[in-house]
Amino acid sequence: MTALRDILSQGVQMCLVLLLAPLLTGFVRKVKARLLRRRGPPLLQPYRDLIRLMRKDVVLADNASWLFRVIPYLMFAGTWVAASLVPTFGNGLLFSWTADLIAIIALLGSARFFQALAGMDVGTAFGGIGSSREVMIASLAEPAMLITVFSVAMIAGSTQLSNVAEFMGSDAVGLRVSLGMAFVALTIMALAENARIPVDNPATHLELTMVHEAMVLEYSGRHLALIDLSSQLKLLLYVSLIACVFLPWSMATADASAARLVYGALVYFGKLVVLGFLLAVFETSIAKMRVFRIPEFLGAALMLALLATLLRFVSGSL
Amino acid sequence: MGILDSIPHVNAVLSHRPWPRAVVTEAGWQAAIDRLVEGGLTLLGFWGEPTAVHMAMLDGGSAEIAVVTYECAAGTFPSVASRHPPALRLERTIHDLFGLVPTAADDLRPWLDHYAWGKSYPLSGRNASRDARPYQFLPAEGEGLHQVAVGPVHAGIIEPGHFRFTANGEHVVRLEQWLGYTHKGIESLMQGASLEAAAKLANRTSGDSAVAYAFAFARAAEAALDIEVPRRATYLRALMAELERLANHFGDIGAICNDASFALMHAQTGILRERTLRAAGAAFGHRLMMDVVVPGGVARDIAPDGVTALRTLLAEIKKVFPRLIELYDNTASLQDRTVTTGIVKADYARQFGAGGHVGRASGRDFDARRTLAYAPYDQLSFEVPVLEAGDVNARVWIRIREVEQSVELIGQILDLMGPGEIRNTPPAGRGGCEGLALTEAFRGDVLVWLRLDGALRVERCHLRDASWFQWPLLETAIEGNIIADFPLCNKSFNCSYSGADL
Repeated sequence: MTALRDILSQGVQMCLVLLLAPLLTGFVRKVKARLLRRRGPPLLQPYRDLIRLMRKDVVLADNASWLFRVIPYLMFAGTWVAASLVPTFGNGLLFSWTADLIAIIALLGSARFFQALAGMDVGTAFGGIGSSREVMIASLAEPAMLITVFSVAMIAGSTQLSNVAEFMGSDAVGLRVSLGMAFVALTIMALAENARIPVDNPATHLELTMVHEAMVLEYSGRHLALIDLSSQLKLLLYVSLIACVFLPWSMATADASAARLVYGALVYFGKLVVLGFLLAVFETSIAKMRVFRIPEFLGAALMLALLATLLRFVSGSL
Repeated sequence: MGILDSIPHVNAVLSHRPWPRAVVTEAGWQAAIDRLVEGGLTLLGFWGEPTAVHMAMLDGGSAEIAVVTYECAAGTFPSVASRHPPALRLERTIHDLFGLVPTAADDLRPWLDHYAWGKSYPLSGRNASRDARPYQFLPAEGEGLHQVAVGPVHAGIIEPGHFRFTANGEHVVRLEQWLGYTHKGIESLMQGASLEAAAKLANRTSGDSAVAYAFAFARAAEAALDIEVPRRATYLRALMAELERLANHFGDIGAICNDASFALMHAQTGILRERTLRAAGAAFGHRLMMDVVVPGGVARDIAPDGVTALRTLLAEIKKVFPRLIELYDNTASLQDRTVTTGIVKADYARQFGAGGHVGRASGRDFDARRTLAYAPYDQLSFEVPVLEAGDVNARVWIRIREVEQSVELIGQILDLMGPGEIRNTPPAGRGGCEGLALTEAFRGDVLVWLRLDGALRVERCHLRDASWFQWPLLETAIEGNIIADFPLCNKSFNCSYSGADL
């Protein structure tokens, strides 16, 4: 009975992230449009785009290798698994005992590695530019991400997200400087990882300035749909991660009642709305950085994460 | 002392107005190039005819203009570009259209001719053909250099043009443009067109500068025919020219910020641009005010409720625009992108005679409205902003200041514009005559030269957009910058493709 319940709960979680991801992207786009005094596309537009792309034929470059065709599936699989590992409305998920935060980072890192390969596969100049920029960002963002994870894990005493969320939700956590720093570092990382302004612009049409979009320019049809869905899942993942680690309130526990689970889901939904809104406001109020400013920006995240870890060593209460 | 006094010439052409034109020998031609090279004169235009080439030059100090003509007896003329680089693209165009060969030229690659016309040298009147060769881009050598080809089809709704970057990683080593994709054959359509049809063609050379082109064409025709324009008509023309400048500057300021991913400014200036176009539509019956300026005056008067619409527009701009300037100035992340990006050296701006915001942001103090003071600007008071920095930020600020000046100018025009006639009919049958005119479009000076025959038909007309002398500077501005900053630099220039491709 418990096993069934766990599988069910995990299954719901996997479907939930998949279904919610396009909605979050649609919501952020809508808020951004409203902030610019535009009407904006309907909230459900990302779903329609995905369906449209799924129905379309795939146009492949003559010199595209098998890797180019396989990569969208790899990326999607990696990102989906990673996203379903982050506790959303309840913790104690079935999978979360088999994979921790470091595994999530590794999954995302693999997806990114394949994406950079795909960018170079066809041999267009834009793809190469995108891949080289992406790898430059990754080489700074991934270490920073790991150190952030360490600082959080040291405080919570575990790299398991369920445990971390439970600890963060308890009174034991207190007010800690290192957590504040880790929070800022994670936010910066989330912006960089999801190709948001000020690191990249998801809405640009200028090939020469693109990072993420430049790598996927050659994709079409269902391949592009999968890549788009992966990016949407990734955004949801990071928002959920921030919510789970730093705003873990009202999450249902593993043995909670059905009503409690629904309540947890509603609160989770509210968290997404608030964080999505903040993201849209932030993106509207700032211009994109010069490419060579990005290392400084991510360097700040790295330093904050390091400092958070150091503070934890210096004093147990910070 | 006139420009022509220092240039040996054979004879002056009497029917050329308002500035003199003279036929020169090779010595005179070389003397003129000498003056351009040493910087005493600025090249304003360079165009051909089946058997002659003309060069218009400006003396910035005395605001004098002169045209020199070299008769190409053997189908050749001494190359200007080999000594004075700003003439290069115009010289290649002359070769493309007329088949005249510049002797001792370093670069004879086609410019407008992409071998898609079905014939070579279309305006030469001869049946000559040219070998189609693949276009050779200039070489760049070095380890680790790679090329990025952009265009001619772009992702945004912009005109087509090819950009070939040679880059070392992100750093641009060389940029070479290849334009001509929007060649419409305007100069060949002009030949034999009636004055009315030609004015329509001029209007459509570059859609965003419709009024400026029509204004320049009308003034060239009026100069050639030596006719006066009613006072009210000159004011109406300036009113439209300033509205056009406003709309384009609003669009540009927003678009530049948008290329730095600061969409907020784009949305706000987009509203102002739309309001300006609507007011223009209400006042003159066409959002871009096409076909209103005609030789002899204006085709129709401002609509009865047009003045109110414009005054409302001015009030809104005065209310909203200062807040947008503040937003631009106070957004540090935006300033970080625009300041010191894409610097145009003052020397280049002077050498190339770059007009508009490109020249004025790099210390070149030239504005046809003030330097040449054509009607009605001689009766209006306004300032011409000039900055020295030459970067993207300076080009934005020039536009911001010009918006403020245009708002003031429209106010003055509405106050001063008295009632009266709006059009004089061009007289019929004057005999052959030639006219030259410059007007200030939002990009910079537009030059129109035309020759009319006795039946008021255009024998030959040349339209030169400001972009001819701005495009090459974009190639220099991007050097040492990174590839990702090119869209920003490009938008801060916002050169015309259509105007330069003719």
